[in-house]
Amino acid sequence: MNDKKKLAREWSRRQILKASATGAVLAASSSPMFFVKDAWAANFRNNPGSSSSVTLGFNVPQTGAYSDEGADELRAYKLAVQHLNGEGDGGMLNTMTPKSLTGNGILGKKVKYVTGDTQTKSDAARASAKRMIEKDGVLMVTGGSSSGVAIAVQGLCQENGIIFMAGLTHSNDTTGKDKKRYGFRHFFNAYMSGAALGPVLEKEYGRERKAYHLTADYTWGWTQEESMRKFTEALGWQTSKAVKTPVGAGDFSQYITPVLNSGADVLILNHYGKDMINSLTQAVQFGLRDKQVNGKNFEIVVPLFSRLMAQGAGSNIKGILGSTNWNWSLKDEGSQAFVKSFGQAYGFPPSMAAHTCYVQTLLYANACEMAGTFNPPEVIKTLEGFSFDGMGNGPTEYRASDHQCFKNVLVVRGNMNPSSQFDLLDVVQEVPRSQVEYDPAIFGGKLGPYTV
Amino acid sequence: MKCASESFPGFIHLTSDSLKKMDSIFLQILNGLDKGGAYALIALGLTLVFGTLGVVNFAHGAIFMLGSFCAVTTQYLLMFSKKVKDESITYFEAFKEVPYLEIWWGDTGRFIIDYKVPFSIILAVPVMLLIGLAMERGLIRYFYKRTHAEQILVTFGLAIVIQEIVKSIYGANPIPVPAPEIVSGSASIGLWIGLGESVVYPWWRLIYLANALVVISAVFSFLKFTTYGMVVRAGMQDRETVGLLGIDIQRRFTVVFGLASVVVGIAGVMYTPILSPDYHMGMDFLVLSFVVVVVGGMGSLEGAVVAGFMLGILQSFAAMNEVKSIFPGIDQIIVYLVAVIILLTRPRGLMGQKGVMEV
Repeated sequence: MNDKKKLAREWSRRQILKASATGAVLAASSSPMFFVKDAWAANFRNNPGSSSSVTLGFNVPQTGAYSDEGADELRAYKLAVQHLNGEGDGGMLNTMTPKSLTGNGILGKKVKYVTGDTQTKSDAARASAKRMIEKDGVLMVTGGSSSGVAIAVQGLCQENGIIFMAGLTHSNDTTGKDKKRYGFRHFFNAYMSGAALGPVLEKEYGRERKAYHLTADYTWGWTQEESMRKFTEALGWQTSKAVKTPVGAGDFSQYITPVLNSGADVLILNHYGKDMINSLTQAVQFGLRDKQVNGKNFEIVVPLFSRLMAQGAGSNIKGILGSTNWNWSLKDEGSQAFVKSFGQAYGFPPSMAAHTCYVQTLLYANACEMAGTFNPPEVIKTLEGFSFDGMGNGPTEYRASDHQCFKNVLVVRGNMNPSSQFDLLDVVQEVPRSQVEYDPAIFGGKLGPYTV
Repeated sequence: MKCASESFPGFIHLTSDSLKKMDSIFLQILNGLDKGGAYALIALGLTLVFGTLGVVNFAHGAIFMLGSFCAVTTQYLLMFSKKVKDESITYFEAFKEVPYLEIWWGDTGRFIIDYKVPFSIILAVPVMLLIGLAMERGLIRYFYKRTHAEQILVTFGLAIVIQEIVKSIYGANPIPVPAPEIVSGSASIGLWIGLGESVVYPWWRLIYLANALVVISAVFSFLKFTTYGMVVRAGMQDRETVGLLGIDIQRRFTVVFGLASVVVGIAGVMYTPILSPDYHMGMDFLVLSFVVVVVGGMGSLEGAVVAGFMLGILQSFAAMNEVKSIFPGIDQIIVYLVAVIILLTRPRGLMGQKGVMEV
C-alpha cells in the first residue's frame, strides 16, 4: 500500500503523458517514415536513386595476350545488356529458373555499361575498375581473364563496397584464401578440374603412371598443379617432376627436353592461353605423343581447355584430355538459347569465357530483382546459396560459404574428327557436381563483412 | 663367365644414368644451338646496322616479328577461301571457308598450302628488303648524327607503332603456322650418333639450325668475297676515306640496312613453326639480342655469332633440372649474369674492337 502511494507520488499523470510523447517522437525519428522498397537505399555506394538507368562495369582484357578472350567476353556482356533491356530474342532469360527478370532492365531501370581494359595486368585492371567505381558510378564490376587480375579487382571491390562478378578465373585462391564477401565466381576452379579429370584419367590411362608437370609460375599455375597432383597421386600415379616455367616463356624446348629422359609417361601442362599453345605445340614437335615409355603410350594432359586455345594449338590438340567450364555444343535448353543468340549476333559460337560472363551479368541482375534493391548487402544475401537452372551447366548453386558456384564440370578431348570449324572439343563426360564438391575450409580465407 | 653387369648390378645402373645424362646434355646443346641460331641471326642484323650506320636500332625485334608475319600473310594468301554455308551448324547461320587453291587444284593446292613456310621466304625477301629500305630512308637516316639515347627512343617508338599496327590487323593471339607435314615430326638423331632411340629432335628445329648456319655463312661470304662487301667493310672501318675515293658509301649502307632486315626477316619466317607468331614476339627477342651484341662486342659480326650460340647453349644448360636444383631460377638470369661479368671484365665484349663502347 505504501509502495503504491510512493509510485503515485513519483509519477504524476502529466509526467507519464510527457514521457510517452517524448518516447513516441524518439521512436518515430529512428524508424522509416515510409514503408516502401529501397527505403534504406541512400546508404550504399553509387546508389542510382531516382535515375532511370543503372551502369555496370565490364572490365576485360582488350589488349595484351588475352585480348581475343576479352573481346569474346565483351560480346557476351553486350548481349546480356540487350536481353536485360528487352531487346533481341532474350537468350537465357527464356530458360533461367527461378527468374525475376522481365526484360525491363533491372528494377525498372535501363541497363547501361562502361568498359575498361585490364591489359591482363593487375595494376591496370585495378586502375580501370577504380575509374569505373569512382567516375562512372558503376553498381557492379565484372570481367577478367586471369586469376591474378580477378583477385586484385575483387579486393578493390570489397574495399569499395561494390559487387564483383568474376569472369574467367580458375585459381583456387579466388574463392579460397583470397575470397571476398563482395566477390562471386560462376567459373569452375583448379580443384574441380582435378576432381573431374582424375577418374577419367584412371579409366583412359590406368593407375600406374609417372607424371611430369610443367607449371606456369603464378597463382593459377600453382593451384592447378597442386590440384592435379592431389588427384593423380590419389589414383596411384607418381609425380616424376614438377617444373615451374616463367609466364610467357615462348620457347619451352629447354623445359621439354628433360621430359624425354625423365622416365615419365604423362606430361601435364599446367599452362593457359599463349603458354599452353606454345608448350603443347612444342611438346608434340619433340615427338612426345609418338613416344612409348614404360611400355605405354606417352600422353599429354591439359587440365584447362578453352575453344579459343584449341584454335591456337591447331591439330596438336587432337586427342588431348582436359576440362572446361562449358562448351557451345551442349544440348541443354539454356546452352542452345545462348548459342543461338550469340551466333545470330556475331556469326560464330561463344567461348566458355563468354558464357560465364553472360551468366554472371544475368545472375547479378536477377539477384537485384529478387532482393528488390541494388543495396549490395541485400543483393549478396540473395546470391548466397542461390540455386538456379537453365543456364547451361545443369542445376547450379552459389555456395554461401565461399561464393563459388557448384555445378557439373565437363571433361573434354580435342576432337579427332571435327564436324565443323568450331567443333574442336569433344565432351567425354559431364562430371556431376557431387564429384567436384569440397569442404571450403581446405582453402582457408575469410569472406569479410557485409557492410564496408 | 659373368659379365660386368651381372657381377656389379650397380654398374649397369650407373651406365644407364650416365647415358641419360649424356642424352640430356646432348639435347640441351641442340636446344642451345637452335635458340642461339635465332639470337645470332638477330644480333648479326643489329651489328650490321650498328657497324655501318652507327645506329642502335631498337626496332630490329619488330622487323623479326614482321618477318614471321610474312609467313602468316603467305598462309592467309594461300588459304584465301570461298565461304560455304556450314550445314553442320544448325543453331545459327554459319559459314566455313574452303581455300580456292584446294577448289581449283585439289591435291596440288593442298601441297602448296602445306609448304607455306618455305614459300613465304619468297615473299619475305623482297618485302623485308623494301621495309628495311623504307625504314632507313624514311626515318633512321635523320638520326645518324643524334646521340644513341635519341636513336634508342625513336627506334623503340617505331617498334611500338609497328607492333600496334600488326595487332590491329592480325589480333593479339598467336597464329599457328605449322611446318610442312613431312617435317612436322622428330628425327631419331640418337640412332644416327649411337645415343639410342630416346634421343629425338624436331626436324624443323634442325632445319632452322641449318638455315641459320647457311644465312650466317652467306652474309660473311657476301662481306668477305664480293667487291660490294669489301667496300662495305672498308666503310665500316673508315667511311670518310672510302667516301673520298668517290664511292657513295651512304647508299651502300642503306642497302646493308635492307640486307640486315632480310636476314632478320628470314629468321622470323623460319621461326614461325617453332613459336606461333604474335605481335609481341619481337620484343621478347630484342632485349636478349642486345645482350648478345654487347657480349659479342658492339660492331663485331663474328662476336655476334659466337655470343649468340654461346648464350643460347648457356641458357639451355641453366634450364636443366640438375642445375636449377642447385641454383633455382638461374635459367632466367644466366644471360644477364654473363653480360654483367663481361661488361665488368671486358667492356668491349668478347670480340669487340678496343675503344668501341668501352666508356
